[in-house]
Amino acid sequence: MSEVQTEAKVRPGRLARAWDSDLAYSFRHTPVAVVSAVVVSILILAAVFAPLVAPHNPFDPATLNLMNGFTPPGQPNQFTQDYFLLGTDDQGRDVFSTILYGMRISLFVGFAAVMLAMVIGVLLGLLAGYLGGWTETVIMRIADIQLTFPAILVAMLIFGIAKGITPPEYRDQMAIWVLILAIGLSDWVQFARVVRGATLVEKNREYVQAARLIGRSPFSIMLRHILPNVLNPVLVIATISLALAIIAEATLSFLGVGAPPTKPSLGTLIRIGQEFMFSGEWWILFFPAVTLLALALSINLLGDWLRDALNPKLR
Amino acid sequence: MSTPVLSVRDLVVEIPTRRGVLRPVNQVSYDIHAGEILGVVGESGAGKSMTGNAVIGLLDRPARIVSGEVLLGGEPVHQLKGERLRKLRGRKMGMIFQDPLTSLNPLLTVGEQLTETITEHLDVGQSEARRRAIAALDEVGIPAASQRIGSYPHEFSGGMRQRVVIALALCAEPDLVIADEPTTALDVSVQAQIVALLKRLCREKGVAVMLVTHDMGVIAEAADRVAVMYAGRLAELGPVREVITNARHPYTAGLMASTPLASRGQKRLRQIPGAMPRLDNLPAGCAFHPRCDRAEAACRQDPPPSLSACDGRAACWFPLTDKTKATA
Amino acid sequence: MSAIVKVSDLTRIFDVSKPWLNRVIERSPRALLTAVSEVSFEIEENSVYALVGESGSGKSTIGKIIVGLVPPSEGHVEVDGVDLATETDAEKIESIRSEIQMIFQDPYASLNPRWTVRDIIAEPVAVRGGKTDGLAERLLEQVGLSGADAGKYPHEFSGGQRQRICIARALAAGPRIIVCDEPTSALDVSVQSQVLNLMSDLREELGLTYLFISHDLTVVHHMADKIGVLYLGGLVEEAPRDRLFDDPKHPYTQMLFDAAPRMDAFGREVEPPKGEIPDAINPPPGCPYHPRCPIAVDRCRKERPELRRLGETRVACHLAE
Repeated sequence: MSEVQTEAKVRPGRLARAWDSDLAYSFRHTPVAVVSAVVVSILILAAVFAPLVAPHNPFDPATLNLMNGFTPPGQPNQFTQDYFLLGTDDQGRDVFSTILYGMRISLFVGFAAVMLAMVIGVLLGLLAGYLGGWTETVIMRIADIQLTFPAILVAMLIFGIAKGITPPEYRDQMAIWVLILAIGLSDWVQFARVVRGATLVEKNREYVQAARLIGRSPFSIMLRHILPNVLNPVLVIATISLALAIIAEATLSFLGVGAPPTKPSLGTLIRIGQEFMFSGEWWILFFPAVTLLALALSINLLGDWLRDALNPKLR
Repeated sequence: MSTPVLSVRDLVVEIPTRRGVLRPVNQVSYDIHAGEILGVVGESGAGKSMTGNAVIGLLDRPARIVSGEVLLGGEPVHQLKGERLRKLRGRKMGMIFQDPLTSLNPLLTVGEQLTETITEHLDVGQSEARRRAIAALDEVGIPAASQRIGSYPHEFSGGMRQRVVIALALCAEPDLVIADEPTTALDVSVQAQIVALLKRLCREKGVAVMLVTHDMGVIAEAADRVAVMYAGRLAELGPVREVITNARHPYTAGLMASTPLASRGQKRLRQIPGAMPRLDNLPAGCAFHPRCDRAEAACRQDPPPSLSACDGRAACWFPLTDKTKATA
Repeated sequence: MSAIVKVSDLTRIFDVSKPWLNRVIERSPRALLTAVSEVSFEIEENSVYALVGESGSGKSTIGKIIVGLVPPSEGHVEVDGVDLATETDAEKIESIRSEIQMIFQDPYASLNPRWTVRDIIAEPVAVRGGKTDGLAERLLEQVGLSGADAGKYPHEFSGGQRQRICIARALAAGPRIIVCDEPTSALDVSVQSQVLNLMSDLREELGLTYLFISHDLTVVHHMADKIGVLYLGGLVEEAPRDRLFDDPKHPYTQMLFDAAPRMDAFGREVEPPKGEIPDAINPPPGCPYHPRCPIAVDRCRKERPELRRLGETRVACHLAE
């Protein structure tokens, strides 16, 4: 028998291989991606370690001093001489600290909602694409119907229903979870559609036929064979959805149906801030809004880069 | 002999990549005369399609011609760009691709596509263009051409579609046609029809044809001369009968011997060990030496002399000659 | 020698209609495509049976029916005397299934790009809960690769090497029959001969039976013991190899032989065959080949010819003799 040997090379470690991969190479050579990643990482780290980073705990009434209210950014308060980097709001809370804590809520809601949407969407997309027939018709028609309503409307509807069935004393506590549920349920369609499309392509490839031949069950084929091969587009959508979910959360909170003022997210902060816009205390609105913009924009740019980098046609 | 229609001289195409510069076409030279079919064969990745694309100016970025020249009727064309290249491409050169569906516009009727090409490149009016379009369809053997001219590409069968593509490539009366795997997507019976058609048109119109394919059978039946490519270089170039029955380059000889036809009646097929190296992992010296049973020290150190430096047949340090064959 | 695979009156009809709503609106009837029509043949143990035909001849569908990827609309497949459609003993079906494996055409699509070669090759055994220690390495050596390659991913191999990996995976379950669907048509000539030789060697070593599906007559001539020629879903001729190549009875077979490009036919000038393969949704009445047949008579236009025996050959043509 002929001996066709592939040369035996010393295989570099996992980390070195990851660094050498095409994806990492593309990342290093895309300045926009690098800058966005840095911005996102700083914001996420700042949010996660908010208790360590923030100069004040804005939700501890004991540390608040009403005399500090409406301190402009970058100058000491005229009564107490206390200094606040980004100023204070009407109750004397440090805007910088409220942003850090607000970002925690925004990011948490965003991540959790995207996870929920992803799990539902990927699962339903796999089922629809692989099984076809009635399963597919039912799932995709539901998706089509949901797509005819704006996502924010769906989220408000779900939010309203959930609020109606929770007892009033738990409402503030539950608000965050209801937000996650509302945004997550309004966002699964995207995942389902993309995963179904990718599954339809993969299921006709010969490695899937080989697996069927071997006697693998349909469910096992979906999870072990197809899922790993449809993850690339899922990753891209998840990134862009994260930005959208953060904005959706901000919108809901801005409209007053989201995070409560006792646990303000960036959206709640913007709503509070806009009350003072015209009386001259612009910083209460401005800094949370800029933070939201920076967060959503950098995540979106990262998603754009990821889409291009993972698309074999553009490479 | 008259000036060749196409003359390629020491053509080098490079693709810069992060892992170094690849040379899918390396020091390739050949001529094609009017009324002649030059077959270009090789395995996938040998650079045969890339050569055709380089000649017609269809290299995808970042691939580019870095040296050498392409002369069309004696005029250098490898530096043309934009509008002038586009004009030349339809007027002097036609292209036939493997997949007829992707080379036709699905939204225009074949008549519209033909008349558009004709009026753009030839100085004729609409009605004359239409007349010529019908004649072109008729010529490639499409029945009832004057009625079919209003049909869309999807209304034709695969074989008929490829005929339309050929009509489109020839309607502006080019001097050179590059056919890149024109029969690979077709069934045996249709393939025979298309090969016969190409041969007839080449002979009747005196067009020079560059026929790129991996199918030695098609080459044997259609081509006058054949160029064998291996890892970006020309391995052998010569009259088709000579190259197939009396190969000088060990690679060509091995390729011919390993076809099932050559080993007919034997239990095992002759085989060349290994596979063609990837362009980013070419061995030093002759790219074929790791698979060659005649390789010696020189083959491992220096690339073989180019064709023009040898007898013009095989780029090999130790080409097979009648003498070596007799002793073998 | 006895027949290990018996195919009788196999028919497969695909519903290629537009969706229900479109049909109602456009008032178009259901479109049914007969991919395989009443095909019967037997494969003898330790032999190579080849199915040849052009696109739309149904050769791949027959292969998929035999391995169980596509259920037949009508007809039976018997393997080792067990009819897979009517057998009720699940264990028996399971053991027969593992005796039939398949090698696919495209070595790039038939290996999961996210799996290591070790996992790919051992999968048939792992799915049944068998022991897989060292299995992949042993099989890799058997197909001419190195056991050290087991940890690599498919993209690190060339086309020919991938097809060897596919063969190794097919061997893992310990099959007796392998359906090879155009196993070398995606490979270059110099690599094709390596893979064909490997398949011949394995057949001898392991006593395998092949159903070899191909459109390439030279490859079929090299590999096959017996050949069935398909046209538009039906078997038009079947004969032992030498018999078929020396004396093709059916005009379609003769046309295939004439039209195939030949390396020894320099500048051959022959009248190319007429016409193309008709639409399988609306096949011509009578003999499906009659619109292209140079010797067709009135009877061919009306009456579909049955397969009949002429010496060692079976042929479906009214005029063959």
